[in-house]
Amino acid sequence: MDTIAKFEAKQLKAMASKKQIPVFSAGDTLKVNVRITEGDRTRVQAYEGICISRTGNGINESFTVRKISYGEGVERVFPLHSPVIESIDLVRRGSVRRAKLYYMRKRSGKSARIAERTTGHGMEDGREVAESAGE
Amino acid sequence: MRTGLIARKEGMSRYFTPEGQHIPVTILKVEKLQVTAVRTMEKDGYVAVQLGAGTPKIKNVNKAQRESFAKAKVAPKSKLMEFRVDPKNVLEVGAELSVEHFIPGQFVDVQGASLGKGFAGGMKRWNFAGHRASHGNSITHRSLGSTGNRQDPGRVFKNKKMPGHLGVETVTTQNLKIVAVDAEDGLILVQGSVPGFKGAWIAITDAMKKPLPKEVPMPAGLKKAAADKQEQKAEAAPAVAEEGKAE
Repeated sequence: MDTIAKFEAKQLKAMASKKQIPVFSAGDTLKVNVRITEGDRTRVQAYEGICISRTGNGINESFTVRKISYGEGVERVFPLHSPVIESIDLVRRGSVRRAKLYYMRKRSGKSARIAERTTGHGMEDGREVAESAGE
Repeated sequence: MRTGLIARKEGMSRYFTPEGQHIPVTILKVEKLQVTAVRTMEKDGYVAVQLGAGTPKIKNVNKAQRESFAKAKVAPKSKLMEFRVDPKNVLEVGAELSVEHFIPGQFVDVQGASLGKGFAGGMKRWNFAGHRASHGNSITHRSLGSTGNRQDPGRVFKNKKMPGHLGVETVTTQNLKIVAVDAEDGLILVQGSVPGFKGAWIAITDAMKKPLPKEVPMPAGLKKAAADKQEQKAEAAPAVAEEGKAE
């Protein structure tokens, strides 16, 4: 293993013990609990929306969450392993055929819906089955 | 003035701070770094330590070098560099240096050879503007333009900026912050980029233009001293320095 990979693996290992990242992919609805520091006190704010993309790998992995806030589309890119993220809750699994849902940017209302996924990877008869977390 | 370190540039990555910031870092690796010779005022007219790093193939070490390594009683090294030091910071031949020579938060200057660009034109080498892309322009798009006047002076002045070899010159990047050091793997994490290609030899010294923090180990961060420090955690910094000297 080269030095960079070793260094990143070491950093991941140190962070992995702190929080659990659920197995999720594009189309899933997520609730991201973000730590916000105002002055000298910190609080946790939830950001809920549809994951439209996951990109990168290892410590450089990030994901994009899109939501409609007061009628305006908002997208936020989070580094997956950022210490700012307190936790990620998987609210709902979505059934989509693409890895990147950038077409959602042009959709609104009825056409911007994503059907719930009840089969496929990580699921059996509509129930979640334990899947070994990727990283 | 303390000695610097020889390191290998391993590449860039990111480092997450507990506060949630991520810092772009260059990873520099220090391995088997030993003092191979000492220059003294009496003998050489200046005071410096010669450090050696890396393990070469033995067939690539010539006889003269082999002799000098044998004299110093160190394994042959593939890269040698000299660092000027104050007389009180001279190290013993054979002493092995550790990455704990530098402390997080400290500023350093990093010296290396820049990436080689080969034979480059005026636009890349000197930021010349070039010529127009269209409006009747023929063939000359990236050429120099005029290089001088007419019969007077009748020649091109010396040092006229012209195409030629670009890169592979010594570049020093000043005031880079040390983000963290990893004594276990011998890594130094420096914020930002560093001249040179991956695998290049790099010299790291204390920043010339920033004050040196008081906590840095004096005369240098040595492997033995670091081990002693772990044994006696309450030991203060000057005491560690003395131990290093006593070796």
